Amino acid sequence: MSGQTLFKKLWDAHVVHVEPDGTTLLYIDRHLVHEVTSPQAFEGLKLARRTPRRADAAIAVPDHNVPTTDRSQGIADPVSRLQVETLDANCAEFGITEFRMDDIRQGIVHVIGPEEGLTLPGMTVVCGDSHTSTHGAFGALAFGIGTSEVEHVLATQCLWQKPSKTMLVKVEGQLGRGVTAKDVALAIIGEIGTAGGTGYALEFGGSAIRALTMEGRMTLCNMAIEAGARAGMVAVDQTTIDYVKGRPYSPTGAAWDQAVAWWNTLHSDADAVFDRVVELDAATIAPQVTWGTSPEMVTTINGRVPDPAAAPSEVKRHDWTRALEYMGLQAGTPVAGIAVDKVFIGSCTNSRIEDLREAAAVASGRKVASNVKLAMVVPGSGLVKQQAEAEGLDRIFLAAGFEWREPGCSMCLAMNADRLEPGERCASTSNRNFEGRQGQGGRTHLVSPAMAAAAACAGHFVDVRNF
Amino acid sequence: MQAFTVHDGLVTPLDRANVDTDAIIPKQFLKSIKRAGFGPNLFDEWRYLDHGEPGKSNHDRPLNPEFVLNQPRYQGASVLLARENFGCGSSREHAPWALEDYGFRAIIAPSFADIFYNNCFKNGILPIVLDAAVVDRLFRECGANEGYALTVDLDKQTVTTPTGEAIPFDVDAGRKHRLLNGLDDIGLTLLQADRIKAYEERRKVEAPWLFA
Repeated sequence: MSGQTLFKKLWDAHVVHVEPDGTTLLYIDRHLVHEVTSPQAFEGLKLARRTPRRADAAIAVPDHNVPTTDRSQGIADPVSRLQVETLDANCAEFGITEFRMDDIRQGIVHVIGPEEGLTLPGMTVVCGDSHTSTHGAFGALAFGIGTSEVEHVLATQCLWQKPSKTMLVKVEGQLGRGVTAKDVALAIIGEIGTAGGTGYALEFGGSAIRALTMEGRMTLCNMAIEAGARAGMVAVDQTTIDYVKGRPYSPTGAAWDQAVAWWNTLHSDADAVFDRVVELDAATIAPQVTWGTSPEMVTTINGRVPDPAAAPSEVKRHDWTRALEYMGLQAGTPVAGIAVDKVFIGSCTNSRIEDLREAAAVASGRKVASNVKLAMVVPGSGLVKQQAEAEGLDRIFLAAGFEWREPGCSMCLAMNADRLEPGERCASTSNRNFEGRQGQGGRTHLVSPAMAAAAACAGHFVDVRNF
Repeated sequence: MQAFTVHDGLVTPLDRANVDTDAIIPKQFLKSIKRAGFGPNLFDEWRYLDHGEPGKSNHDRPLNPEFVLNQPRYQGASVLLARENFGCGSSREHAPWALEDYGFRAIIAPSFADIFYNNCFKNGILPIVLDAAVVDRLFRECGANEGYALTVDLDKQTVTTPTGEAIPFDVDAGRKHRLLNGLDDIGLTLLQADRIKAYEERRKVEAPWLFA
């Protein structure tokens, strides 16, 4: 008999009940809640006169709608304000802990979970947000859910699920200088496509993954959903345990020892069999830049905008043509040299301390180019911001001409006031380059924090390795 | 949730792959704390020529005549014909809410994104996966025949074309049962309360830190 995958171990530990057809009632350990996808769930709960089964397993934070500028006057947009106030009221009514907008711990839900030790190895973690896959970096089974399921978890602490297929994405070797987890994520999506992971739980493995920090692993797992996979995960190792130790909500004392003993088993067995295995050579991965309106429309900084005539299928030719039209790009244009109007460093993909350090290292001693209208840095949480300021990163960014903002989702999806105007081109460390994602008519190019900082200072995309 | 049994409806062909949930319902409408009323803003950025905002009346907004939903022959459609990886991206359930509010009851595509697919079943919408070649043919037939309608029978698991051809599709038995009967998932799960309790008691011993 072959060994077990990490996915199987996590799955088996959370099975409450299995129906004859294999549909499984799965127990949920941690429920992260934010203001956008929860109001209708709380309303449903109230209409049915139900209460949360375990308010203690949930944690809430407003992140999508919050302003990244001065917050002393609250939220200017009344619709956004009502949504955040609704979260405040619901959490107060049901006894759910919330890090409110004025709390230093407030930040992007996928940044604060790990930061506070609310995300732990071996957990099932859900949130009404597709980027919940981020938490899989801790050897957890973490996936995004819709609002009906948010209500379901509140009421029952469980979800009905069927096991996913498993895919091992193995990256062996050493990443080159200037090549980050974001580049690995985009290279994988370029390889398997945005639907390549549909129906699968991805496990990232190999020596290049083991060498990544927790921040890097979070970036990678965060982007699993952009490859179509609801869940991405990395095996637990000493890096994981060292990160978790001593966090506010991490276990202590005897419980810590008991937890670590179990966490150390959370890896795929050497002889585990996956439904699919994809292998990449770390040494061949170059800094990536997307050129189109789907994360799979990606090339390297040395690449060119492709010619739709060379697309592998009729459907793709149609998509590429439309994407180039939307992006205002000509086939054959070298990516290095495409000028940008705005630069956004932030989002649940790339707003952690390490991301900010990488960007600051590039920005240090340089100036934002004159053609760049706005270059902004939005830390992932109040604590990331505090840490960055303690390290002097804010002063580096400000001296270079970047704006230094308050934490939140910001221009990743432009639900607050931060957005692109029609036709504006942005180098962004976020996760989606969909049409209109950062503002109607806005043109997004996904890159790593270092590449975004380099684009800000050069005024156009440039190979950070030679910058 | 409204049940889905047999549905006979006019078909709208949306000939684009990787239609994401940001396109289905743009972010500004996610600020609503209600579950209803998203239909007028379904595909907002493709459907209208101006910028939509929550609270803004949609009646006087300039329509994009190129967009398929605005073409006279597709008015009143309730079956959406789509391309691969429909519903990718954000988990927002506002996407199926908007489709349902507009009037769509069934969506046919070669593939769907996982979260969107799951969300449809919670809202009385049936997502149907058919072979890409079959979907291709339906696109051609739909384009060539004004008033093209399909009959979807969930119990029999068939999509029937105007010529009477019945195309079979797969659907998970549990989801089918719940959708056929319009059952509330939470009510069903609460019947398992004893099992959930037993699981929790066991885990409190195995992994006490999860209950601290």
